Amino acid sequence: MKTIGFDVGSTTLKCVVLDENENIVYKDYQRHRSKAGELCAEFLRTIVGKFPGEKFEIAMSGSAGMGLAEQLGLPFSQEVFAMRIAARRLAPGTDTVIELGGEDAKIIFLTGGFEMRMNGTCAGGTGAFIDQMASLMNVEPIELNELASRHEKVYSIASRCGVFAKSDIQPLLNQGARREDVAAGILYAVVNQTVAGLAQGREISGNVLYLGGPLTFFPELRKAFDKTLGVSGVCPEDSLFFVSLGAALAGVAEECDLLELAERIDRHEGMSAYISTEPLFRNEAEYQDFLKRHAKSSEGLLELDAPSGEMCLGIDAGSTTVKAVLIDSAGNLFRTMYRPNSGNPVPIIRDYLESLYRDFPDIRIRGAAVTGYGEDLIKSAFKADFGLVETVAHFTAAKRFRPDVDFILDIGGQDIKCFRIRGGAIDSIFLNEACSSGCGSFLQTFAGALGYSVQEFSKIGLLAESPVDLGSRCTVFMNSSVKQAQKDGATVADISAGLSISVVKNALYKVIRCATPEALGKNVVVQGGTFLNDAVLRAFERELGHDVIRPKTAALMGAYGAALYALSRTEPGARSSLLDAEGLANFRHETKATTCQGCGNHCHLTINTFNDGARYIAGNRCEKPLGTRKAEHLDLYEYKLELLKKYRGNEREEGKRTLGIPMGLNFYELLPFWHTFWTELGFNVLVSPDSDRALYRKGQHTIPSDTACYPAKLVHGHIEWLLEQGVDAIFYPDMSYNVDEEMGVNHYNCPVVAYYPQVLLNNVRVLTLKNLICDCVSISDRRQFVKRMTRIIANHFPDVAASGIKGAAEKAYAEYAAYFAAVRAKGSEYIDLAKEKGMPVVVLTGRPYHIDPEISHGIDRLICSLGAAVVTEDSISDRIGRFPVHVMNQWTYHARMYAAAKYVAAQPSNDLLLVQLVSFGCGVDAVTTDEVRSILEDAGKLYTQIKIDEISNMGAVKIRLRSLFSAAEKA
Amino acid sequence: MSSNTEKLYTEFTAEMKKDYTILAPDIFPTHMEFLQKVFELNGFNVEVLHDEDRSVIDTGLKYIHNDMCYPAICVVGQQLHALMSGKYDLHKVALVQFQTGGGCRASNYIMLLRKALENMGMGYIPVLSVNFAGLEKHSGFKITTKMAMQAFYALAYGDMILLLKNQCEPYEVNKGDTRKMVLRWVEKIGRQLAHDKGMTDRELRENFKEIAADFHVIPREDKKLTKVGIVGEIYVKYSSFGNNGLEKFLLSQGCEFMVPGVLGFFQAYIKNIELDYNNYGGSRLKLEISKLLLKKIANWEKYMDEALVPYPEFVAPMPFDKVVELAEPIIDLGVKMGEGWLLPGEVAELIELGYSNVICAQPFGCLPNHIVGKGTIRRIRDLYPKANIFPVDYDAGASKVNQENRIKLMLAIANEEDK
Repeated sequence: MKTIGFDVGSTTLKCVVLDENENIVYKDYQRHRSKAGELCAEFLRTIVGKFPGEKFEIAMSGSAGMGLAEQLGLPFSQEVFAMRIAARRLAPGTDTVIELGGEDAKIIFLTGGFEMRMNGTCAGGTGAFIDQMASLMNVEPIELNELASRHEKVYSIASRCGVFAKSDIQPLLNQGARREDVAAGILYAVVNQTVAGLAQGREISGNVLYLGGPLTFFPELRKAFDKTLGVSGVCPEDSLFFVSLGAALAGVAEECDLLELAERIDRHEGMSAYISTEPLFRNEAEYQDFLKRHAKSSEGLLELDAPSGEMCLGIDAGSTTVKAVLIDSAGNLFRTMYRPNSGNPVPIIRDYLESLYRDFPDIRIRGAAVTGYGEDLIKSAFKADFGLVETVAHFTAAKRFRPDVDFILDIGGQDIKCFRIRGGAIDSIFLNEACSSGCGSFLQTFAGALGYSVQEFSKIGLLAESPVDLGSRCTVFMNSSVKQAQKDGATVADISAGLSISVVKNALYKVIRCATPEALGKNVVVQGGTFLNDAVLRAFERELGHDVIRPKTAALMGAYGAALYALSRTEPGARSSLLDAEGLANFRHETKATTCQGCGNHCHLTINTFNDGARYIAGNRCEKPLGTRKAEHLDLYEYKLELLKKYRGNEREEGKRTLGIPMGLNFYELLPFWHTFWTELGFNVLVSPDSDRALYRKGQHTIPSDTACYPAKLVHGHIEWLLEQGVDAIFYPDMSYNVDEEMGVNHYNCPVVAYYPQVLLNNVRVLTLKNLICDCVSISDRRQFVKRMTRIIANHFPDVAASGIKGAAEKAYAEYAAYFAAVRAKGSEYIDLAKEKGMPVVVLTGRPYHIDPEISHGIDRLICSLGAAVVTEDSISDRIGRFPVHVMNQWTYHARMYAAAKYVAAQPSNDLLLVQLVSFGCGVDAVTTDEVRSILEDAGKLYTQIKIDEISNMGAVKIRLRSLFSAAEKA
Repeated sequence: MSSNTEKLYTEFTAEMKKDYTILAPDIFPTHMEFLQKVFELNGFNVEVLHDEDRSVIDTGLKYIHNDMCYPAICVVGQQLHALMSGKYDLHKVALVQFQTGGGCRASNYIMLLRKALENMGMGYIPVLSVNFAGLEKHSGFKITTKMAMQAFYALAYGDMILLLKNQCEPYEVNKGDTRKMVLRWVEKIGRQLAHDKGMTDRELRENFKEIAADFHVIPREDKKLTKVGIVGEIYVKYSSFGNNGLEKFLLSQGCEFMVPGVLGFFQAYIKNIELDYNNYGGSRLKLEISKLLLKKIANWEKYMDEALVPYPEFVAPMPFDKVVELAEPIIDLGVKMGEGWLLPGEVAELIELGYSNVICAQPFGCLPNHIVGKGTIRRIRDLYPKANIFPVDYDAGASKVNQENRIKLMLAIANEEDK
């Protein structure tokens, strides 16, 4: 009797056949492209062919094997469990197993307290992530390894979600960073994600075993793990087959007739039901009508074969594609181009211009404008006349097709951009920052996984009879829903249609967050490559309940808008400064990567040098490396940090006990208070330094909940630092309540700010109730505070005289009040100064800890570099009295945001603009963002939100801010 | 504490009380039916909603911020879905939500519901808040002390029936026996409550005895099953809609499970008054009342225990005081948002009762759970090496397959430990 173990993973099928002595006599590994059942049957028949007359017993495993085993009544062994069985058998002495699969990541601790950990619902850092990143770099996944092997430096890339990683990678590529270094960055991102998400406080050490596809095929990934963990792990023979081996060895296998089983699988495919929705089109005729209607909206727009008169050039150097178009003075199209940017738009534009000049040496170009991520680079490289922010370009183009347009939705490969037009100006802007599932690349990923091109794939769905209802959510979640639907018999057509529908739902309900489709407006123009997909367009109209306009130039709107802009900004007879044929022939371009040493942000800079010696620096957050720092630098974030320095001298007096304070979360506001309090009582106070990546990594291994916000996760690093310094105790109290500013029904902290000390106590091994003072205390009532602190101090420091506590508390309260007074005075001063100079003021609204440069990523400085002043929400929140809000106004920090919004809303002019910073994973902001937005919008003001996490790229932020300033000017 | 949101909500007037139907989300199994009876007894016409399909979630997603916790999407979705069904005269319905007034986002459900109603042009529909924090005032809706006590009795019955159901169903010889028994008792207690009966300590004690005796009669198979405990966020822990039929799945995997009672959540809420008093000071009177109340409920625990003692097959939960004691070495008792310290306390209780395989059911991104759920697992493992705890996230997009796979891993480990 031979034993078969099947491992049906999320993307691959693995199978082993063992003989009576547990030797592998046959094995196979293939991608199943979501047709796991079919492939299983194929494997079974092959096995029968190889071992005629043999008897078999079989067991299943794998994340996608569970359903299959259930349907077929086969014994099942949970895959992590199976892997452990195999590891014990084949690699005795192993301490830790790290296995990365298509959608799963696992760590198993075999020794020193057995534990298994799998990734939860968030699946960054898996094979799927690597695939996604490879396709972004336009290479096969395996080539990523090769590239990484030649790296010189490692770019820091956000690891949690593909979207964040993309927003790090894309600009790096656009800026001409070395692909080798980016590839290495991607692999290190996978390592960081695994360590942060799964190790959860346990150190990975000893004999480490690497299993699964990515670790088998990517020696560079293994090296990255080795280097990060300080181990030398082993990737054993058959590293792909451990789970299937474990299933075979688990002792659960049952005898079965393979051919009969294969037949049963064939029959089973497509048995049960899945939830479906209405078809997109009932019949071909309906589809044809639809096509006719859309053709009509672009009637009269010609595509020219040759230049006619003076032409204007528009270029859109987008995040994934480069688009260009020439127009005549009537706006007719000529020489349109749409190409993937392959990481560097410069050679693409050079080729475009070269062939243009070759074919039409006499062409007269009157003006040229550039928009998109690569705007600055392309403009300086080719000497275009104008640069304009994307949103303005899109609006300009949309107006051409629908002068009374009131809503524009652009869905590209990885971006969703939409904006509402009010009074002829761009009003609210929505960009996808947290999620890419409403985008085109989402469809592309699935099409690819199922073996289709995206065009074919979406076409199949048009006439699907019962599209799968997939709801709306992230790609990773969607993967499993698709799997389930397939298991339940959905056809590729049904899935395709279902995915198109969910793209639309994601865009509407996740990104735009519209309550009702009607809220979008009546005159909607849709554009972007994804809308060329008829299934998506249809689904969108269906969801909206009315028809929309899709211009012929839907995929080129940015470029078309830029061209129109150039046309409107130049006079007939003008001549563009764009490089001519001769200039182009001499064109040279080199890139060099470097790290800016200007401040703690250490921006990765890319220096582009052109043959005329012109240099263009990209990747900078502020003007420092450019040497053009503005004289009037009104930045209250910086001022606050400066004020706090006073308490961060860290002088240690001999003979005194030292208390450590981790500089995170609420200490960004309460440091003046606590520092004064403890100093008065005769303690040295040691405050941890500014956060940075290195500090974050230091504490990463003790983070238990990966989905908590970045500001909270940073605290782990601060604790490690304090422990290294040797303090007598760390002081970090639990604070359910914040200060009471009497603006709401209560004055809580959010749960994370309130109780994070408990997380540290429970997850940082060396912390105890002795060396971490984390008692509950509130400072909102002075009398109670003194009472409570007296008890706490008596408990921890019995020798400290209780008599001094009241006085210390008084000093602390006074210091806190003085700090706040200074912040508010300076805020007023900046607002007045800005007014004098005619600068806009941005109220950069967040929590006190957002001034940590590692958290805000220097957004404050970016705003200043765009010529505005920055003040904080708490510097103006006292300017408004108590007022009703639509939410439970129960958190102090958040009450300040509502108040700041209310104050901004009450201003007659647009001098004060509010920008809200939202930390990813901040659950409370699900409540506050909508409220802040509605306070502003009810008063006809602009609302801008910026989501921040570990991401460190400012490209998208810059677009948003520039659009805001441009909209504010017009309003 | 005064409210600054007064102007922004539609009041439920005494006039409305007469002929309005109050729609309640289905939060706890069994318990909701009893609570409904209590409301009716006090002159309110309440209907518990039972719509539970994907369209409920879609409705929720449409009107609630998608990053809001999953329970908000479920419960608000359920109510909005009902309003849109055409089944109700929109000018004769009100909605009700539970509100703790605690520091987690759940206190905001009610406001989100109102916002959604406004977006739908139904701002005139009153939304009631059941809370003990004095958060809102409606002239037609006042929870009297008496009514609150009645509600506690209702919950106590719900807990007793849930406990026995969970301990009988996996072992029943004749499929369906337990369900039948549950229906019988739900009906019986419901009738009592509707007639203002069953809500004295004496009657509770008698009823408990009878309930236990009745469930004892159900013929049981003598077999050893994997014992699983379920803790977590209060909605996804109890609602099969919220947790994708977790209990059904566990039954299919040959498990017996214990879910700590609903009353415990309220006991913890009351206990927090005492704990807050120690940490922050406060009203002496409130302190004394809360102590009295806890004492009274502690008696009920004794009755439950006493009713179960004659039948060795039943495992009684631990007294609440003991759970507090168990929580203390794990987490500071000042941690009170969400389930607060109660959650790790219940994990410890379950482990001590022999349910050492614990599922911590939580909404994806639940804030308090970072602290009291995932944040405490490591400490609990140190204290109870046998503990086999798995957090499972629930979310509108999380697939059942992934959740069940995780649970299977937990069970594989559990079964190995047994060997």
